[in-house]
Amino acid sequence: MEFAELIKTPRADNVVLHRPFEPAVEGTLCLTGHHLIFSSRRQDNAEELWLLHSNIDSIEKRFVGSLGTIVIKCKDLRIIQLDIPGMEECLNIASSIEALSTLDSVTLMYPFFYRPMFEIVEDGWSAFLPEKEFEFLNALTDEWRLTYINKDFSICPSYPPVVTVPKSIDDETLQKVAVFRHGGRFPVLSYYHKKNGMVMMRTSQPLTGTNGKRCKDDEKLINSTLGPGRRGYIIDTRSLSAAQQARAKGGGFEVEVYYPQWRRIHKSVERFNILQESLIKLVEACNDQSHNMDRWLSKLEASNWLTHVKEILTAGCLAAQCIDREDASVLVHGTEGTDSTLQITSLAQIILDPDCRTIRGFESLIVREWLQAGHPFQQRCAQSAYSNSKQKWEAPVFLLFLDCVWQMLHQFPCSFEFNEHFLVTLFEHAYASQFGTFLGNNENERSKLKLPQKTMSLWSWVNQPEELKNFKNPLFEANSLVIWPSVAPQSLQLWEGVFLRWNRPSKFLDEAQEEMRKIISDNRVLQEKLWDNSYFLSPFDWLPKEAVSYKLRSALCFCPIAG
Amino acid sequence: MLVHLFTIQVLHSQISSIEKQATTATGCPLLIRCKNFQVIQLVIPQERDCHDVYISLIRLARPVKYEELYCFSFNPKLDKEEREKGWKLVNLSEEYNRMGIPNSYWQISDVNREYGVCDSYPTEVYVPKSATAHIIVGSSKFRSRRRFPALSYYCKDNNASICRSSQPLSGFSARCLEDEQMLQAIRKANPGSDFIYVVDTRPKLNAMANRAAGKGYENEDNYSNIKFQFIGIENIHVMRNSLQKMLEVCEMKSPSMSDFLWGLENSGWLKHIKAIMDAGIFIAKAVAEEGVSVLVHCSDGWDRTAQVCSVASLLLDPHYRTMKGFMVLIEKDWVSFGHKFNHRYGNLDGDPKEISPVIDQFIECVWQLMEQFPCAFEFNERFLIHIQHHIYSCQFGNFLCNSQKERRELKIQERTYSLWAHLWKNRADYLNPLYRPDHRQIWGTLHPQMAPCNFLYKFWSGMYNRFEKGLHPRQSVTDYLMAVKEETQQLEEELAVLGERLANLQKLQLNGNKVKSKQQDRSKELALSASSNSLANTPQEYSNDLKSFPSRSPSQGDEEDSALILTQDNLKSSDPDLSANSDQESGVEDLSCRSPSAGGCLPSEDSGKDSDEAVCLAV
Repeated sequence: MEFAELIKTPRADNVVLHRPFEPAVEGTLCLTGHHLIFSSRRQDNAEELWLLHSNIDSIEKRFVGSLGTIVIKCKDLRIIQLDIPGMEECLNIASSIEALSTLDSVTLMYPFFYRPMFEIVEDGWSAFLPEKEFEFLNALTDEWRLTYINKDFSICPSYPPVVTVPKSIDDETLQKVAVFRHGGRFPVLSYYHKKNGMVMMRTSQPLTGTNGKRCKDDEKLINSTLGPGRRGYIIDTRSLSAAQQARAKGGGFEVEVYYPQWRRIHKSVERFNILQESLIKLVEACNDQSHNMDRWLSKLEASNWLTHVKEILTAGCLAAQCIDREDASVLVHGTEGTDSTLQITSLAQIILDPDCRTIRGFESLIVREWLQAGHPFQQRCAQSAYSNSKQKWEAPVFLLFLDCVWQMLHQFPCSFEFNEHFLVTLFEHAYASQFGTFLGNNENERSKLKLPQKTMSLWSWVNQPEELKNFKNPLFEANSLVIWPSVAPQSLQLWEGVFLRWNRPSKFLDEAQEEMRKIISDNRVLQEKLWDNSYFLSPFDWLPKEAVSYKLRSALCFCPIAG
Repeated sequence: MLVHLFTIQVLHSQISSIEKQATTATGCPLLIRCKNFQVIQLVIPQERDCHDVYISLIRLARPVKYEELYCFSFNPKLDKEEREKGWKLVNLSEEYNRMGIPNSYWQISDVNREYGVCDSYPTEVYVPKSATAHIIVGSSKFRSRRRFPALSYYCKDNNASICRSSQPLSGFSARCLEDEQMLQAIRKANPGSDFIYVVDTRPKLNAMANRAAGKGYENEDNYSNIKFQFIGIENIHVMRNSLQKMLEVCEMKSPSMSDFLWGLENSGWLKHIKAIMDAGIFIAKAVAEEGVSVLVHCSDGWDRTAQVCSVASLLLDPHYRTMKGFMVLIEKDWVSFGHKFNHRYGNLDGDPKEISPVIDQFIECVWQLMEQFPCAFEFNERFLIHIQHHIYSCQFGNFLCNSQKERRELKIQERTYSLWAHLWKNRADYLNPLYRPDHRQIWGTLHPQMAPCNFLYKFWSGMYNRFEKGLHPRQSVTDYLMAVKEETQQLEEELAVLGERLANLQKLQLNGNKVKSKQQDRSKELALSASSNSLANTPQEYSNDLKSFPSRSPSQGDEEDSALILTQDNLKSSDPDLSANSDQESGVEDLSCRSPSAGGCLPSEDSGKDSDEAVCLAV
């Protein structure tokens, strides 16, 4: 096996593991092709730590005499320290980890080797097909159609094979529009607002260039989505000056004259290395063990992370506001339409659409608006906060989106079916996973890698009932309303569950979660008991339907008639 | 508009400052800032009216006699007996008994009866048994304002104690035999330890400056077996300025994230909160882990000392984390030991430099602890907010005056009502649903994390932006869980009734159909109550509305339920009515944050900062 060459020392004894808030443990360290495994030999409290090599962001080694120390910094922001006796062993292990954590071939990644130990109830790879989603849409409106124009990824390499476009626009026109849009990302439907029939579409920048090129078909497509007398907003995620500068490189923005029913709004959202820098600074601040309050606050401020959260959330709210309050349709794009555009379209949907606040709906949203929409996960999540590589394409775009969702969850603690743990899990798996879901940069790459055939989907695992219960928010009460989060600085908080996760003892907060679950489940148990009793006492007689919760009401249908 | 002011009921005592702003086309604006952090702008059409209102409010907001305060006219319609019972709810000698005192080491001393030794101390003071009246009086003469070392908290498990006093009048070299004996007596009262900590909560520089005025701190060489420790908590003037700076940040119109965080840092507020907490943690650790007694003082021993002693007690003893216990704690460390409520919270017109948010800071420390230990406190955030409100409201007599002596002279207990009885009566509103007396998180000493990266000290928008409802979480977990718990309780009762009926029914089935008609009556009754429930739940699916939540319960009395959650008390920090908050109205404004205009700074306090160093000598 090819990994064997990389593993110079597969095993070391008497290794001491240090983690914050836990006593140091001595044990044995093993390296396999994909894991670093530490097992303590203590009989009374045997424990194992399994760490995916792909989760390792950076590794440092230092020596005191013959005792070597390796500090491993992970993409999930955890830092562990291993003391390894013997200089040679330590050097070998360090270089093996380094090599194994930076494999350049995707097909060597763990998802291609992972064999699930659970039974697959529903294959996550086929759980969220565009055709199925379209059926729901088609039941509401007949103005849209599915197009297979991109079935071999020739029109737009970063789009999925199937997308939703206006019915009145034929494939020939789409082909022309794709040429006019950056990366061939012609405007497609992202969201249909049931309440008023307004839509949200996304695309990439138009290639107007310096001499203001036009594309009649592009204008036709975009204008066709608005009825007579209707208005629409184009939300450009760049500042006006950035959009103007883009013209020099062949890009540009829509000139309002040619899109008479549309108004352009520039809502600048930061991108790429600025975000990566911000993450690095924030994590550095969070790992500063000093007891100085001023230093902490100024570092938090200097990282600008919360500024980005505020900007992105505000842009998402703006899009939602145009649709729900202004009765206008919205078209969102930045430059490539694969990053800030997706943050905004997905946040707006969470605000507007209660379905997106359920577990299933949120999964579907991630699939539609991130995976199928071609967010380059593999590039963006190649490294995390401890990396020194500073590649241009690395950026915590998805993490920022999750942070914004967490802010909403924090403000509407009863309106989401999922809990914080679900968001943290998605963050972890986007950066390192045994599942193939977040591999590749778009559907094109995923199909070439044959991920659905060769790897397991994250959703297959998450959606098993016994796993699902860990992701459920006990406080959830379906809320069919639009939720408007506050974006005031006083309302936005540092996401401790990710950024201070390894720096604080979580026991007391976990206990609080446990207590909430208990309170809710005590209530449910009693409700059911009461139902059973009263049903036995006199079925349908005195206990009206309204008196029991909807769950019990639905259970009513399956109850045998008491004799 | 004026009428509106009185319908939203701002107590005059809550008014912190009134500012007349430049007249606009619509009228003459008056900006009123309140001590409970509410900011109100009134626009009065006529300039002259505005001036009149301004003048009257200025006068009304600054009463000169205690008799003008609200508590002397407030009448909750309780008879004399109930009033007396209310005042007896918190009983300090019971509290010292609970600690295990008097015992063989500690006794109650009558040396201060008639306030003969120290007029800002209570009459009943607990001191080491070996401290004779001679020692106490001698020591008191060597301490600022004669505030001699007295017991604040005693840990019966290991005999370690927390005592409090003011600074010694040591100057550069003065000594006092009795004071040295007094500290020795405190050490002897804890036979398990051969030294005591003396914690001076001031920054070292301030303490040293005090020596020039004949005050200062203990010289380790003169006292046998003490370990002296400075913990730098700033003085009341620094704290007042810090709060003001933070409130300016809170009042900013649509601040950017950087503006806000920078302003928060610049105010230093959280740094000060952390300093107080760190001091409390130090003392709790000394007592619980090292078993060493601690003497705490600052300058006069009534501000920082009160903060630190009460934080330490709260960390050490789960009793203080219950609702009753917390009342006792405030009564013990703040009210009885002469925290100058009148001066600090400006109840009567006085020196603005005496005003400082000392107890506000303590209350915030408690909130920060609640965030870190969500199951450890019996009460919730609302309890803290209401206490803060009433410290300034002067609606109840508890926090009047500057000392027990003054309160006795005014016959407060005969003429006013106690806040504690009021809070206790409404205790259902103040319960933390996560608190369970049998939960292990509530036992023993709390060990909070100290570094900002281990535990985030957060900005408390529930307090400082309390009236900006749009900034708070739109759904309250506390209220939701309380509603669930309440429903659970009803279900239990319901089940018990059903169980009984089931048993009866089985009996009856044997006896034939005798009671059938009665059963039908009962059925009707239940169906009726349930149908009134369904009213709330009908038209279309409004399942999102938390208000409709209790209607899932097949029990009667829903009206009362929702009333309980939605009490008319306009102080309530969180509104459980989701639909009102999350409907279309709320959202759009939120994008632009808050509306009140950012005014200038408080006019009365400009001079405070410059004279800081000079004043710190005196305080």
